[in-house]
Amino acid sequence: MSEVPENLKYTSDHEWCRLEDDGSVTVGITDHAQQALGELVYVELPEVGAEFAAGDACAVVESVKAASDVYAPLGGEVVEVNEQLEGEPELVNSSPYDEGWLLRLTPADPAAMDELLDPENYEQVLAEASD
Amino acid sequence: MARKTALFAEHVAAGARMVDFGGWEMPLHYGSQIEEHHAVRRAAGVFDVSHMTVVDVAGPQALTWLQTLLANDAGRLESPGRGLYSCMLNPQGGVIDDLIVYRLSADGYRLIVNAATRDKDLAWMQAQAPARDFRLTERGEKIMLAVQGPAARQTAAACLPPALAQAALALPRFGCVADGPWFVARTGYTGEDGWEIVCVELAAGKALWRELLAAGLKPCGLGARDTLRLEAGLALYGQDLDEEHSPLSSGLGWTVAWEPASRRFIGRDALLAERERGPAEQLAGLLLLERGIMRHGQPVRTPAGGGVVTSGGFSPTLQQSIALARLPAGASGDCEVEIRGRRRRGRIVEPVFVRHGQPVAALRGQD
Repeated sequence: MSEVPENLKYTSDHEWCRLEDDGSVTVGITDHAQQALGELVYVELPEVGAEFAAGDACAVVESVKAASDVYAPLGGEVVEVNEQLEGEPELVNSSPYDEGWLLRLTPADPAAMDELLDPENYEQVLAEASD
Repeated sequence: MARKTALFAEHVAAGARMVDFGGWEMPLHYGSQIEEHHAVRRAAGVFDVSHMTVVDVAGPQALTWLQTLLANDAGRLESPGRGLYSCMLNPQGGVIDDLIVYRLSADGYRLIVNAATRDKDLAWMQAQAPARDFRLTERGEKIMLAVQGPAARQTAAACLPPALAQAALALPRFGCVADGPWFVARTGYTGEDGWEIVCVELAAGKALWRELLAAGLKPCGLGARDTLRLEAGLALYGQDLDEEHSPLSSGLGWTVAWEPASRRFIGRDALLAERERGPAEQLAGLLLLERGIMRHGQPVRTPAGGGVVTSGGFSPTLQQSIALARLPAGASGDCEVEIRGRRRRGRIVEPVFVRHGQPVAALRGQD
């Protein structure tokens, strides 16, 4: 069983989002996603300042098995990336919701957070996927 | 419905993540592919490779047939208890499969071929055997284990019947011993020392698996098997080898026995012509000098022309991406690999990255 924290928003592509006090949004991949990918050996993150529309490929996570795109859950400008992942991509496996965060962005439209999945809706996506 | 090996329930009990591989449900890993990889490089691991195809050939004309069928010469197996690696070619010189042939007795041989190629291999073998005086028998019911790593033989010996263990410990590389339901060969697919063990009594084979784990061998899945063989520069059929390419253009020229010239093996004429004009391609090693991971199918640009990554991935030993690539003959030095739309710098190297647990000398300090 994978962990789905209560305080986050989700996408059906298995990204999570956390609204920070300053209005920025931290993005990562879910526990389910890291389990499905297997051990990560490389993470490619965007430049700070890069702008993405919702649904754009904004990062790449590569496991021992394969490479996968990470899609921007909402449009906005990247204000910080997790540089620790350059040397320790395995943090995404060991701590997907904390030390393994990928990037932080300033959303173009803060209301877009409301469009994302609640934890219970995301749990439903996972339940349907395992049927 | 995917086929299961006799150890399926053991894998599930050991926490394996199972995947489909060539029609077989096989363990990918038991938690951490990278830890399994390191266990084999530093100590010992055990792989269930029961999906491999084992074919026994026996009879007065078995050797004559093998000498036609294989590009390497089974006649070099001067006594029972020896094995050699060979390609099986089509008349155009393309590789139908790669295999190991062992001599079991005066006129008995064992071929171990790949799992995914079983059907076409058996059909090809049968088609090349019109009215010959020998029997071809597939060993369907069996457990086959590979114990690999610097400590593998010593640890596994304690789990085998004593007389067999003693004989197995005395084997030279590529040597083999058969004893009742057991067969042990000093071969493998990881670049480390070890044995491949076949047991045609399933209960005894299962008991051996349990004893090997109890003795401290780490169960390892196909994921680690792939990264280990890639570091060792060992070709994978279907990726690095195929029917469109000959052994001469796949880094396996050394496995072709040209002498005696009177041995008319299938594909010989095509290989002779290719050797005459010089192979157009080579299977080279690539080391990525930038961050990223090379993968099967990615284009490669060299000063001598374009090529393609045939097997790529992350090397747990070198902590960087390595690959095998089909490149124009003569290509050397630096190259560019197109990874997900971006060109990354790479270096063309000999296709061996790790030998006996250590990075090969030429690669040290290259990054």
